[in-house]
Amino acid sequence: MIKNEKIVIVIAGIIIGIISVTLVLLGNPANMGFCIACFVRDTAGALGLHRANAVQYIRPEIIGLVLGSCLMALSKKEFSPRGGSSPLTRFILGFFVMIGALMFLGCPFRMILRLAGGDLNALVGLVGFICGILAGIFFLNRGYTLKRTYSLPKIEGVIFPVIQIVFLSLLLAAPAFIYFTEAGAGPGAKHAAIAISLAAGILVGILAQRTRLCMVGGIRDLVLFREWKLLLGFLAILASAFVMNTATGNLSVGFANQPIAHTDGLWNFLGMLTVGFGSTLLGGCPLRQMILAGEGNTDSVITVIGLFAGAAFAHNFSLASSAKGPTTNGMIAVAIGLVVMLIIAVVNTRKAAATVNN
Amino acid sequence: MLDARGRSCPEPVIMIKKAMASNEDEYAILLDNRTSLENVSRFARVAGYHSDYTEENGIFTLKITKK
Repeated sequence: MIKNEKIVIVIAGIIIGIISVTLVLLGNPANMGFCIACFVRDTAGALGLHRANAVQYIRPEIIGLVLGSCLMALSKKEFSPRGGSSPLTRFILGFFVMIGALMFLGCPFRMILRLAGGDLNALVGLVGFICGILAGIFFLNRGYTLKRTYSLPKIEGVIFPVIQIVFLSLLLAAPAFIYFTEAGAGPGAKHAAIAISLAAGILVGILAQRTRLCMVGGIRDLVLFREWKLLLGFLAILASAFVMNTATGNLSVGFANQPIAHTDGLWNFLGMLTVGFGSTLLGGCPLRQMILAGEGNTDSVITVIGLFAGAAFAHNFSLASSAKGPTTNGMIAVAIGLVVMLIIAVVNTRKAAATVNN
Repeated sequence: MLDARGRSCPEPVIMIKKAMASNEDEYAILLDNRTSLENVSRFARVAGYHSDYTEENGIFTLKITKK
């Protein structure tokens, strides 16, 4: 069974890599077949939560991820509404994970896709990401916990998937109060056809739900338990997207002039350090949070809402980087984020024996 | 009996890993989701234990015994 699980996640990773590059070929921004941070940011913009008109579009991939996970969880009887594990703390962690991701310009998923496209800045990001995970593991080993979750009524778990259907309706109806980036005005205007993006999201949502794929979990489990399963998924996406990029002439190795990326090594490092640390404290990367949200986990829903709030702040207050590089405001925000995460880690780390005597 | 109900990934595995430091032949852990059940079972297997679970109302009782 162990072998079987590993084979399944490798196959899933290969499929996800192929889907990701295919989305770029069909219209998505370069090295952005999937990016949870970027897509949440675009959706926040479309809803008018920020007015950066280059990055506004309701991304069907996000809708698909949540719905795919939800459908799969329902069919496998794994749909389980729950919540109550330090929700506000999770919101704040989600907020600063987004600030870190928009410093680097991508979530861990896009970091892999950037690496697979030959963007060496992502290698610097990966080093920061690993350091952030190691910092999180330091606290996990000393008893860090956001306390337990509790079962909730069914309806609580259904709300977030229903909101995705509302988002899909808004995308299709395109009422005047929804903002869409005009053609040629930025990454928000670059996207595959709605049906294709939605199908891709659903498929990846199903695969990620079944395999428990998590970009942060791979490195974390290898360090903590010498357990390779999740990391194999990560590596399979990297390998398959790399082969796809090479085959389609989309590979360009180097630091300079990479699509939707900047070359400031220190801040690429610190941005992903923040993402790795925060995601480890949350128990999963932004993709994993999206999948858990689809399974009815409202702690993850709160985390995702934190991502939305972080994205809105990032573009309302010039915290997000651009191809030109990071902004001073962004540097201050990332520094604050690291301090806040450190405080959260310290105050939630206590030696406690969680046993029941019977 | 360890109680990992409501604990999110990877806490249940850390709990069992720490418990195993006492090197006993048998452990039991309460879990409330399949992901944790899979993760703890997998860890037990790699650590040289045999595992077996029972389920009642969505709560899994996982028994882990030395091979």
